[in-house]
Amino acid sequence: MKRALLACIAGAALAAAGGASAGVEVVIACGSQGDDQSACQAGAEAWAKSTGNTVRLVAVPTDSSQQLTQYQQLFAARSSDVDVFRLDIVWPGMVAGHMVDLRPHVTDEELGRHFAPIVKALTVDGKLVALPWFTDAGLLYYRKDLLEKYGLNRPLSWPDLAEAAKAIQDRERAAGNRRMVGFVFQGKAYEGLTCNALEWIDAFNGGTVVADDGTVTVDNPRAVAAIDFAASLVGNAAPMGVLNYDEEASRGAFQSGNAVFMRNWPYAWAKAQAADSLIKDKVGVMSLPPGGPGGKSTGTLGGWNLGVSRYSTKQEAAISLVKYLTGPEEQKRRAIAYAANPTIRSLYQDPDVLKANPFMGRLEETFLNGVARPSKKTGRMYNRVSAELQTAVHGVLAGSEKAGPMLHALAGKLEKMRRAGKW
Amino acid sequence: MDARRRARSAWLFLAPSLAVLALVAGWPLLRTFWFSLTDADLGGMEETRFVGLENYRELFSDWLWWLSVWTTFRFAIISVLLETALGLGIAMVLHARFAGRGVLRAAVLIPWAIPTVVSARMWGWMFNDVYGVVNEILLKLGIIQDALAWTADPRLALPAVIAVDVWKTTPFMTLLILAALQTLPDDVYEAAQIDGARPLRVFFRITLPLIRGPLMVAVIFRMLDALRVFDVFYVLTSNSNETLPMAGYARRKMFELQELGAGAAAASTLFAIIALFTAVYLVAARVRVEPEAT
Repeated sequence: MKRALLACIAGAALAAAGGASAGVEVVIACGSQGDDQSACQAGAEAWAKSTGNTVRLVAVPTDSSQQLTQYQQLFAARSSDVDVFRLDIVWPGMVAGHMVDLRPHVTDEELGRHFAPIVKALTVDGKLVALPWFTDAGLLYYRKDLLEKYGLNRPLSWPDLAEAAKAIQDRERAAGNRRMVGFVFQGKAYEGLTCNALEWIDAFNGGTVVADDGTVTVDNPRAVAAIDFAASLVGNAAPMGVLNYDEEASRGAFQSGNAVFMRNWPYAWAKAQAADSLIKDKVGVMSLPPGGPGGKSTGTLGGWNLGVSRYSTKQEAAISLVKYLTGPEEQKRRAIAYAANPTIRSLYQDPDVLKANPFMGRLEETFLNGVARPSKKTGRMYNRVSAELQTAVHGVLAGSEKAGPMLHALAGKLEKMRRAGKW
Repeated sequence: MDARRRARSAWLFLAPSLAVLALVAGWPLLRTFWFSLTDADLGGMEETRFVGLENYRELFSDWLWWLSVWTTFRFAIISVLLETALGLGIAMVLHARFAGRGVLRAAVLIPWAIPTVVSARMWGWMFNDVYGVVNEILLKLGIIQDALAWTADPRLALPAVIAVDVWKTTPFMTLLILAALQTLPDDVYEAAQIDGARPLRVFFRITLPLIRGPLMVAVIFRMLDALRVFDVFYVLTSNSNETLPMAGYARRKMFELQELGAGAAAASTLFAIIALFTAVYLVAARVRVEPEAT
């Protein structure tokens, strides 16, 4: 009875919102990786059609650190140019003040459909900063055909991976395929490198840089071993060029058939399996391997969410759009067409979704074992923590620094931030 | 009386542009300088406090700032030298009379007409280590054995950026030098010819001294531009510490880390460095910006 009443109220509220907001143009910023733009466009158009509004997409940088930088400039200017923002799972602590609290606009039931940890990450001091749109975890892509050709198995550890990548790369090059590289990842100094670095450190059981209780843990022998290991890849199994790769640049190398292994997010699956893909049906996906005996299989948790700007002049329509895009229907469509991992748990049992993405069922394990970036604890300071980590690790990967002293110096800087009472 | 009236009307005519300049250049500059004395945070401007010279003290003790100063000067000096040499050479060629000169002069300007972000992105693709055309050509010619990571390898990134900048900005130098060459009187050359001076001697004894003034002005224009370089590094390189120009440092502080105060201090210092450099250059080169009286 209570549920029916609630649903009734929700329905009436939705109808009222729809009625009140007809005929406005909502501007949305929703990413530009892979199919982000067209995927977002299709969903937003469907909403526009059913509500009688219009939507406009704005182009954003592919690199997420640059996205945040742009958004923060808009926020600082209290700009109403963009109504709906796609927000990274690590941003809520930094942007909470600029977003509308969505909690009063969703029912308990609607919110309860999503993975609870994501909702928790999006809630800052009781305020729901954004609604979950899709979730992500770092995955390892490999070329089934090449492993088979050289009689190798899927790597069981990072050293395994390095060895296989180097062996196939060298033999392919000797056979005349000179552009072949073993392993590509995101090595440019931006948020993507933070994700990669955290995966290496966690795979070697080296902690999460800043622990849940706020202590700085990055200066430990296992983390040093992890970063030193990663540095040993660059120029050997991985090309020197990874130092300037973001997700799309890594995918460029892999998608053109020139890389054996790639670390990337799930979206790369849909692009690899597209009809015009050079590597269609030659690609396998697995969890990233452990660092070695005693290490763990892991993946950095990511994910994107939709929030409404506090400075928007069309909040009602914007909220309605966000609710539509994050709803089960749209999430299912995106899961099938673009390998966007739903945040709604029930969709992982949906036969259509599993048929399009055979790996998605197994991903639940990755989500359980995955590692979250220390954004909850460090809050507003997160991007400074992340920027320090990136530049430190980038220096080690480029060969100009050693991991030991670099992580020690990094810990000193983070400790200084912490002591200044920032978290 | 007449002079005073003329001065007054001169000020009157200048007033609108001075007002615009004060509005679009003076005000932001002053505001930036004010921010550099505070601990302003882009995330929350409400709690801004005055901190005096604290930001500058921190800036001057940051090795990364000095590294970025070093990177910027290396970039500026090498690229401007190359651009001047190439520009001079190309201008001399274009100054000669030959068929199709007009078309060629227009064609030379194309790189200059392309926005830097576009040309940097274009070169980024050509420099790509896996599918870039630069590696493809060098590999095919057998000049290199393995693909090079032009924009990622710290040793190659600065040369790559300089190459793109030279490609893009040489036309600018060419144009200014060509304009100077065209003002030269023919009679001195005729006299030199009669005296039997050889071409190289004519160049060093006549052409170069005569275009020295405009050349020095062109060089200072380019230096000022090169010292505040941002876009070509930003698009082309990996945001690594080794390839961070001064303006990139200021941007990183201001926007990426949201430390508006610290970033403003870097930006103000950048401005001071450029102003100082210009002053030293003008005095050292004794460049007269006004046209010489004849």
